[in-house]
Amino acid sequence: MRLLRIARWRTLPLALMAVMLLVLVAGCTSGTHPQSTLAPKGDYAEMVDGLFMKTVYLATIVFVIVEGALLFAIFKFRGKPTDPAPEQSHGNTLVEIIWTVIPAVVLAIVAVPTVQTIFATAKVPTTSTDGQTPMKVEVIGHQWWWEFRYPELGITTANELHVPVGRTIDLRMKSFDVIHSFWIPQFAGKRDVFPNRETRLWFTAKATGAYPGACAEFCGLQHGRMDFYVMADTPEQFATWTANRMADTMLAATGLPKPAPKPDTAAANGAVPAAAAVVALPDTMDPALATQVAEGMQLFQTKGCIGCHTSSAMSPMKGMVGPNLSGIGSRSHIAAGWLPNTDENLKRWLHDPQAVKKGVGMIIPPLTDVEVNALVAYLRTKR
Amino acid sequence: MATTVLDPTHAHAAKRSVIVEWLTTVDHKKIGILYGASAFIFFLIGGLEALIIRTQLMKPDNTLVSPEMYNQLFTMHGTTMIFLAVMPLSAMFFNFFVPLLIGARDVAFPRLNAMSFWVFLLGGLFLNASFLMGAAPNGGWFGYAPLSSRQFAGGLNMDFWVIGLQILGIASLAAGVNFFTTIINMRTPGMTLMRMPMFVWMTLITQVLVLLSFPVITVALIMLMADRTFGSSFFSWAGGGDPMLWQHLFWVFGHPEVYILILPAFGIVSEILPVFSRKPLFGYSAMVFSGSFIAFLGFGVWSHHMFSTGMGPLADSFFSLATMLIAIPTGVKIFNWIGTIWGGSLQLKTPMWFALGFIAMFIMGGLSGVMHSVAPADLQQTDSYFVVAHFHYVLFGGSIFALTAGAYYWWPKMFGRMLDEKLGMTHFWLMLIGFNLTFFPMHFAGLLGMPRRIYTYPSGLGFELYNQMATAGAFLLGVAFLVFIVNVIKTWRGPADAPADPWNGATLEWAIPSPPQEFNFPALIPVHEKDALWQMKRDAGVSRLPEPELVSGKGIHMPGPSWWPLVVAVGILIFFIGFMMKDPWAFPFRPVNILGFAITTFGIFKWAYEAPDAHAPQH
Repeated sequence: MRLLRIARWRTLPLALMAVMLLVLVAGCTSGTHPQSTLAPKGDYAEMVDGLFMKTVYLATIVFVIVEGALLFAIFKFRGKPTDPAPEQSHGNTLVEIIWTVIPAVVLAIVAVPTVQTIFATAKVPTTSTDGQTPMKVEVIGHQWWWEFRYPELGITTANELHVPVGRTIDLRMKSFDVIHSFWIPQFAGKRDVFPNRETRLWFTAKATGAYPGACAEFCGLQHGRMDFYVMADTPEQFATWTANRMADTMLAATGLPKPAPKPDTAAANGAVPAAAAVVALPDTMDPALATQVAEGMQLFQTKGCIGCHTSSAMSPMKGMVGPNLSGIGSRSHIAAGWLPNTDENLKRWLHDPQAVKKGVGMIIPPLTDVEVNALVAYLRTKR
Repeated sequence: MATTVLDPTHAHAAKRSVIVEWLTTVDHKKIGILYGASAFIFFLIGGLEALIIRTQLMKPDNTLVSPEMYNQLFTMHGTTMIFLAVMPLSAMFFNFFVPLLIGARDVAFPRLNAMSFWVFLLGGLFLNASFLMGAAPNGGWFGYAPLSSRQFAGGLNMDFWVIGLQILGIASLAAGVNFFTTIINMRTPGMTLMRMPMFVWMTLITQVLVLLSFPVITVALIMLMADRTFGSSFFSWAGGGDPMLWQHLFWVFGHPEVYILILPAFGIVSEILPVFSRKPLFGYSAMVFSGSFIAFLGFGVWSHHMFSTGMGPLADSFFSLATMLIAIPTGVKIFNWIGTIWGGSLQLKTPMWFALGFIAMFIMGGLSGVMHSVAPADLQQTDSYFVVAHFHYVLFGGSIFALTAGAYYWWPKMFGRMLDEKLGMTHFWLMLIGFNLTFFPMHFAGLLGMPRRIYTYPSGLGFELYNQMATAGAFLLGVAFLVFIVNVIKTWRGPADAPADPWNGATLEWAIPSPPQEFNFPALIPVHEKDALWQMKRDAGVSRLPEPELVSGKGIHMPGPSWWPLVVAVGILIFFIGFMMKDPWAFPFRPVNILGFAITTFGIFKWAYEAPDAHAPQH
């Protein structure tokens, strides 16, 4: 009776733990986990995942054996104070040698593929799976957003890294300020970025989609809001995106009614680089909207936005401290991969960025609702 | 009562107030209790911080605490648990039990020991005082440059951290010198090194780690302080320094620190398992050598904390393999513990359950540790919640479970009272379930891509379930420790009637009354074997020795109380606070530093010329 009661009482926690494990595993397989390391979508991450799963299997075997032996011993050797003293064994050299050698062998089984994978992932492949040379991308971490530059294409963008599927991406990474860590779990492991040295990472996306990434090294106040997206495009989509970025620099006016220069801002307008003053718009734009857009463009200059931001992907001026806004109208998120890029969120941001993401570097004069709407309309044209 | 007349401690207490007695004590047992009480309060503060953190992370986009407050909370949680809870809780056991276990009347340097405690306490209070100024450290317990530099952390926050850790480092180094010397020099006749109880061995190894690793962090902190206070450029790239240097220095200290936190736990468990299995520790010498080997290798694996910095394939391979090597001696320890209970007659009392829980949980932390040693896989795991899960399995599932086991085991010896078994078992099961509910799901959160140290997370990434479970578990852990507190209060009200040897102990502390008298041993007990008390019982042919009598202690000279350790500690605190001071308290005069330096020097001078038993009771 006593034994039964003890058995029931002691199996309760075990049962609870088993239930918990089931819930966890079920939770892991169901639902969406777009940032998971367990569903690799690139060659680098696949190599790492294969190695990791090896360790998981081995660890599970070791876990079952050792915890099993422990639980068995606890149940088997329960004693009462009145029991005679057990045999006073001090050790057993043979047994001790065996259980030193077995872990060593298990570790050797892990060590060999570990070193192989370390070397396999260390070097950027010289050719992509699609036969092209890897595409260079410069990554620059900022407190708290990511800047991406394509030196071969001359494009600069922020917080949304577009890559063509099948082409190896050769990342050369630095930080503008403190240490950050660049992490897109479905493509590769983390790599820290430093202000004073270049670090390297590479990956090849195997499937199209939007993949969230995050800063993984604590970098100050808004470390929790330093996310980004990798957009793995088909080569065609990527070509379109590239063309759009390049189009941002074209000087040709495209049907936009020329904004009437206001006397007090005319001088400032003169100083504005031509590229930022041109907006590519469809010919069929609603005239009311077109006026609003024109106003927004005006405000972008007069309210000081252009002091830190440019919407030109191609000829970013040096010293642009804010994120490049080329294509901001069609990005999926704002505020570094966090807020969905809706008009509503964009307005919230423009009204008071500090209220949305405290500590962010953006300083903006107070704006009226009309002004914010105009700015949003203008930014939406940046596709 | 007759005892009050006979016991010199009590006779002495009549002349000095209780507060003065505790402020000036140099008795290693009292200092141990001071360490334990302060560390437990800091542990509760750190736990409270954890509960706020868990509540904030309960749901996505939560705004319970601001990002600034969150960063302060997790920084202080880590710093508190490591430096103000686990290390000093171990120090409680070093202080109270190392002299008893080696059959000594005191530690080698009683006043240094007192100073070590006061420096620790003042350092801990200083660190936590930062909350009152709204400027608690906010750069992580690892304080990575350049985020900890004046440029990126201009406020007092990181000053508190740098200076607080400097102060605490002095306490650890002083304790390290003291316990190393005590163990080497003060053992009772016949207790050779290979007859020492395992806890003493692990303490000795821990002190070696402290003495070799704390100078590294001390130097690193001086460099960081110089960068912050005097504008030097050790870690600033603009001035020719390198942030990477900080990482190397920090982890050369930081990894041995991990073993400083866990080796005492190994020792405690190695004492408890044999007693409650009624059979000696399995493979004593293997345990000694594996512990030493772990400590030795612990200095050669620091860069496994830095795989993501991109050190290159050769360095990654070296540190991967070196880290894997550590799994071998650690495995030997686990197998030897299982070997100890194998074939025993297990007395499943609360301390034993906690010790067994320690083994079960530490195995899991060890296995995830091996996963981290696989450098490419670690690139996915590092700085994610998988790491948070891992180190809580070794630090909480390991250290805290073992320290709790030690508390239940040695409580009767420290306070003369048995803790309640029923409440103890409730505590154990709540803690085991709460612990696993909190930290097991974090493995999954991390593998599913949740980074560490984020004050919130967006919905849509699938992190919710794991965080809800962890939060529920954290509160269960809180309840578990409430049960412990209830247990302490309840049994405190009962009579102090614990026998000298309630568990049929194997070691010398159980040969003397509970609690021990000030001089511990009326006469030194020569030993001829490991497990000296078991040997004595076998020689006497009894299962329990007769209850030891309280004796007068006449003729036994114990060091007298002293104010100077406390004075020196206060001087050290003031000296370091001086480095936080801005103009007009700063350059060129730095009056606060000078004042602190003067007090420290004066205190050391007076201490040096104070006769060892100046205020000791006369016999």
